Amino acid sequence: MTRMQEIPWVEKIPLHEQEVQIQERLQRPGRLNLYQLTWLRPLIESRWPQLILRVATLSGFVFTIAVGLFGSLVGSHNFAIIFVWIAWWTALKLVFIPFGGRSWCSICPIPLPGDWLQQGGVYQPGQHRFGMNLRWPKRFRGSWIQSGAFLLIGLFSAVTLTSPQVTGWVLLAIFGLAMGLSLVFEKRSFCTYLCPIGGFSGMYAQTSPVEVRIIEKDVCIQHDVKSCYQACPWGLYPVAFQDSSACGLCMECLRACPSDNLALNLRPFGTDLGRPKLSSRLDESFLALVMLGSVVTFAAVFIGPWGWLKSAAFEVGSLPWIGYALAYLVLNLLLLPAIFFAAVWTGEKLSTKNFSLKRAISTQAQVLLPLGLMAWIAFTVSFVLPKLHLVVSVLNDPFGWGWQLLGLNEINRMASILGISASLQVGLLLVGFFWSVSVSRKISTQNSKKPQRLNLPVVAFNLLFTLAMLWLLVG
Amino acid sequence: MTDTLRQVKRSNRRWQWIILVIVGLVILLVPFPAQAKVPGEKFFHIDARRFEYDPAILKVNPGDRVTIELQATDVVHGLAIDGYDLETTADPGKTARLTFVASRQGTFRFQCTATCGNMHPFMTGKLEVGQNTLLWRAIVLTGLVFAAAVWMGRK
Repeated sequence: MTRMQEIPWVEKIPLHEQEVQIQERLQRPGRLNLYQLTWLRPLIESRWPQLILRVATLSGFVFTIAVGLFGSLVGSHNFAIIFVWIAWWTALKLVFIPFGGRSWCSICPIPLPGDWLQQGGVYQPGQHRFGMNLRWPKRFRGSWIQSGAFLLIGLFSAVTLTSPQVTGWVLLAIFGLAMGLSLVFEKRSFCTYLCPIGGFSGMYAQTSPVEVRIIEKDVCIQHDVKSCYQACPWGLYPVAFQDSSACGLCMECLRACPSDNLALNLRPFGTDLGRPKLSSRLDESFLALVMLGSVVTFAAVFIGPWGWLKSAAFEVGSLPWIGYALAYLVLNLLLLPAIFFAAVWTGEKLSTKNFSLKRAISTQAQVLLPLGLMAWIAFTVSFVLPKLHLVVSVLNDPFGWGWQLLGLNEINRMASILGISASLQVGLLLVGFFWSVSVSRKISTQNSKKPQRLNLPVVAFNLLFTLAMLWLLVG
Repeated sequence: MTDTLRQVKRSNRRWQWIILVIVGLVILLVPFPAQAKVPGEKFFHIDARRFEYDPAILKVNPGDRVTIELQATDVVHGLAIDGYDLETTADPGKTARLTFVASRQGTFRFQCTATCGNMHPFMTGKLEVGQNTLLWRAIVLTGLVFAAAVWMGRK
């Protein structure tokens, strides 16, 4: 989160570029303001529907931790494993992010107790607030720590995804960390800078068809109180939104605005993508590459036929695991960044002589997002479809203690769905590649006053990634 | 730029899209040349141990009569082939057999059906029946998108 006076584009970006982008955002057609729909507005205006959902997710979260710690040790018979890594993880990638951006963040249970302590109330801010309200250290800002956290998940994924007790402890640790940090640091520091899922959701939220935006810039400028900024639990100022990566869609700014000058827009998919980046931050590019490296690794470990790789990923601390960890880290920290940076440099060098490499990398990293999202969805399809029947199974017997809550004796594998999953995966990857090429083309036509050549080395990088995923998933 | 020039450009772009879609449909729908291989008998002995089948990749021709002998070397393991609706289970140290005709072409995963440890849900192998036409079509389509990007991305 950034205080208003520290927002980089307000300070450093040339005025004419700011104006062009703001006008572009405000005038872009194809938006439907959902907040103006008479049937939907009361549901957003009132905090009750959101609070009910939050209490439900919080209850489910606490129950999941309990089942993880005390239920069956067999992952496929334990509610915690199946609900976190099959049901929720799938819903996040197949529904929440592609159609709602960071909408999961608006009902995520992890930061709730901290939020309630910070604001001194459950329904709305109260008189007595808790916490030291310190600023998050400047050197730890950006998504570097989120990338690191995601890499940690990758290193221990085979254990975390299959061991209920590890899942239970990990969830409990995250819960405690989020609450502890909210008592020390201001606002949603944990979500903004630490949460790996926040990083994942935020990055791919740029492809989603939902956004919160201001309607009239002048109204905001003339408003002294900036009640939207004061109300935002994330510490964001909507006038400064360049994309949807940071907004948690909590709707507090819409509720707080006295001029009704904020919109919850339905927009075309991928609207945020394809514009030249105004900043030269590399953390987002790095996070995008970590996501690509991770999905390739997960596909090889969990879907590939290589038993030795599964054992290596699972036996934490053994020599094969050290080999797996080194290979995973080299892929994510060296190989992919080196190839991508070289591709951007080559493409830019061929296209124009004067360019800032950091800004070019930051801009071209947008090309990785549609393909990355589609690759995650395609991976999830093959990862989850054969195991969907387990969701019903653990609802029937959450702890794996032999209960028959739904009276189901035997639940069959969903073999019939598997027939279409390969074609679906191919379709998803092709859509992702095509979409990435479109973003690349959009960047090339908007990068300066004169249209540039398409950055073909970056497109070729995406081509190689697509082929690798095709081979892993349907090869 | 004159209106006529703009119209010509727009018309060219439309034609490029139409050609791209037609070529894509041809790649998607055109039948692959049939392999002139006479169906025969195929036998595979598979050792199943924790999280691994050995061999994990089985290659057969369409129409082959396939027999799989599954031997569990440590704990109970199963084998179910997606798309074929076949399943068997082997007790430790014992074997179980599956015989079927490989009538469906393509690549099919098979996976363990008996809970054998933490990574059990991911204990998988592959049955390749003839050419993997889906993969080849996908590769050519990806190449087509790349070629189109190169073509349309000229300065």
